[in-house]
Amino acid sequence: MMITDYLPIFIFLVVAVGFALVTIFLSSIIGKRKITPQKMIPYECGMDPIGQARKPFSVKFYIIAMLFIIFDIEAVFLYPWAVIFKELKIFGLVEMAIFIAILLVGFVYVWKKGALEWE
Amino acid sequence: MAKTDTMIINMGPQHPSTHGVLRVILELDGEVVVKATPDIGFLHRGLEKLAESKTYHQCITLTDRLDYVAGMTNNLAYVLAVEKLIGIEAPPRAQAIRVLLSELQRIASHLFWLGTHAHDIGAMTPLFYALRERDEILFMFEMVCGSRLTPSYFRVGGLAQDLPEEFEAKCREFIRTFPSHVDEYETLLTRNKIWMRRTQGVGAISGEEAINWGLSGPILRASNVNWDLRKAMPYCGYESYDFIVPTGKNGDVYDRYLVRLVEMRQSNEIIRQVLDRMPGGKVLVDDPRVVYPPKAKVQESIEAMIHHFHIASEGFPVPRGEVYASIESPKGELGFYLLSDGSNKPFRFRVRPPSFINLSALSTMVEGRLIADVVAIIGSIDIVLAEVDR
Amino acid sequence: MLAFVLIAIVKVLVVFTAMLLIVAYMTLMERKVLGHMQVRFGPNRTGPFGLLQPIADGIKLFFKEDIIVPHANRLIYILAPSVMVITALVSFAVIPFGDSVTILGHKVDMVVADVNVGLLYLMAISSLGVYGLVMGGWASNNKYSLLGAIRSSAQMISYELSLGLSIIGVLMITGSLSTVKIVGAQSQVWFVVYQPLGFLIFLISAVAECSRTPFDLTECENELVAGYQTEYSSMKFALYYLAEYAHILVISSLAVTLFFGGWQGPFLPPLVWFLIKVFIFIFFFIWIRATFPRFRYDQLMKFGWKVLFPLSLLNIMITGIVMSVIG
Repeated sequence: MMITDYLPIFIFLVVAVGFALVTIFLSSIIGKRKITPQKMIPYECGMDPIGQARKPFSVKFYIIAMLFIIFDIEAVFLYPWAVIFKELKIFGLVEMAIFIAILLVGFVYVWKKGALEWE
Repeated sequence: MAKTDTMIINMGPQHPSTHGVLRVILELDGEVVVKATPDIGFLHRGLEKLAESKTYHQCITLTDRLDYVAGMTNNLAYVLAVEKLIGIEAPPRAQAIRVLLSELQRIASHLFWLGTHAHDIGAMTPLFYALRERDEILFMFEMVCGSRLTPSYFRVGGLAQDLPEEFEAKCREFIRTFPSHVDEYETLLTRNKIWMRRTQGVGAISGEEAINWGLSGPILRASNVNWDLRKAMPYCGYESYDFIVPTGKNGDVYDRYLVRLVEMRQSNEIIRQVLDRMPGGKVLVDDPRVVYPPKAKVQESIEAMIHHFHIASEGFPVPRGEVYASIESPKGELGFYLLSDGSNKPFRFRVRPPSFINLSALSTMVEGRLIADVVAIIGSIDIVLAEVDR
Repeated sequence: MLAFVLIAIVKVLVVFTAMLLIVAYMTLMERKVLGHMQVRFGPNRTGPFGLLQPIADGIKLFFKEDIIVPHANRLIYILAPSVMVITALVSFAVIPFGDSVTILGHKVDMVVADVNVGLLYLMAISSLGVYGLVMGGWASNNKYSLLGAIRSSAQMISYELSLGLSIIGVLMITGSLSTVKIVGAQSQVWFVVYQPLGFLIFLISAVAECSRTPFDLTECENELVAGYQTEYSSMKFALYYLAEYAHILVISSLAVTLFFGGWQGPFLPPLVWFLIKVFIFIFFFIWIRATFPRFRYDQLMKFGWKVLFPLSLLNIMITGIVMSVIG
């Protein structure tokens, strides 16, 4: 029963993939094509681009990604806990409070370190 | 950590929020602007040189094309300069109508600014509300002179013609409802937390700095400098009207917004006063040197026709000399410097465009801030590229 | 087994077509509603009340020139919009849109797939959408696209966290990840009553996840021209749009399922109730678009991490404590 539950999702996926590919394919053959050199340069407000787009570039994205991974794992742990919370009763609450508290220490540390400042 | 470079990105000329064709070359470190270099000239039409080959009368139509969202005030500054050079003054009724239309134009210009500026910061709706009222004003202009953006209604020595009869009723209706419309915009923005966070403390410039940069208009007043040419060097009888000049405290984008909103309300009051004590009489000075003879007379007498032909084809000579006349346009001090060699065409025609000089402070205001602030700051300066590039 | 497969295929096709239609008419609805909020009319020339506008738009986009810029990474550039649209559409599979009915002796659930980890599936699939965005932005090899892509990926993952945490309260009450069971548990009281804070966090994160105003920094034409989709044209561009609106549809349906009793309601058929509730949410999305200015990038991140994230943890603790006390 487990696998058959997912069967409709696979059918859905196949339909969606088919739709996306057919759309892209159709538009590429239907649409007219008239290539001019101006059209083929990267759009940069009508000027010739200065330098490359692909180069090391600071957006502090790395830190956000790290934070996300840490706290998303927390969220994933919380899901099964939430589902059986009623059975765990007060024990589960205390346990999870400790778990969240440990992660919160990290969060407070990150906050105080200024990793959550973007200016 | 890996070494990162700065990225140089062109913002403009083909960009949704550089208000025309301003190009700003931004050097970015992440999203932070390290260096911003405005690059202008994409709309350069050689207007000042062009004016040297036109008669003084023909130049009026060129001035509309400077700041095309405030054509009336451009005309006014230019005609005042020529009048000053010749040494004539328009009759009281013409003066009053000039004030009336200039203030309407100020409202229209500020409305357009409000709409586009709010849209730059992401609020879509104020644009449509503001343009609705601006349209009313443009309809009034159309009623007065048949044109919405490029009126060329002010003439050397007065006006092209008197106001149409139905104008007053329409104008009174407008000023009656307008304050409540400003309240509408304020409901959407003034106390909006996101709006305040986006504008407060952004692009702040101190009063002293603002003076050093030569800024004028609402930007200067937002930096707590009480300088308005309508009060400081009154023209067209502004001294007889009762209005206050709003000033801000911090000189940031939010203060500029507040200053302009109060200015709109004050302009509305000035218009009310003008309408209440509109003097009668002629709208053109009685000086055959510069003024066309009345059309009816042209069709009757040969002398009047020759006179008309003479002025229309050759213009009028202006005495040798130089003059600088400036007014408080919606964007700041708009001045015309004219040098006359005694002929019928200006020898030198120079504009002091407020947006150009206000724009020069962009780099200092922008550096060290985020891209989103660049957009907000450009919007708050209220530039019109046709005026910057000329 | 064969009947099961057949029913599944029919259901998928019906749901898929319906989704495409709703998405197409959502664009019309958005333009109409925005128009009337902004003292204008919105499209009203193509067919009665502009009803043919989405179709006209679709046809137009098909015939538009399909530009693949030579500096782009071709494969990723083409795949990116498909990834977006596929994930957005497929994530709808677990949303129940009606009670089960019996057709020709077969019991048919009005949900494409009733899986026991429905919510987890939905969160997982819909968060894959961010790949489409990053791929598109990076493959375009355009600075504006790149900036938009990086911004949006940071935004998406930040708000996904609060989104994921905000629904945990609901899970604690229901004790199941199955969307069908969650809807069933709300036959008496909607969960928005038990979880007001959770709902608020969910709503804000949902707006951010769909990158709608005031969190529409991913496109934000006033700063980044068109963000990650600057270099896209023709149907690829349309697919991005389709994905965005499908995402709104999914998130609205999820909100209805989790907090507003799903398809349940008196008098009217379940499907109608479901659609009414969903469209109220869609209207809400449009309404806030007409009202608010846009956040700045740093303010958005700060809000997500410093306000929403702690609040959602607080919500979980409060729910836990209250449930333990009440028993």
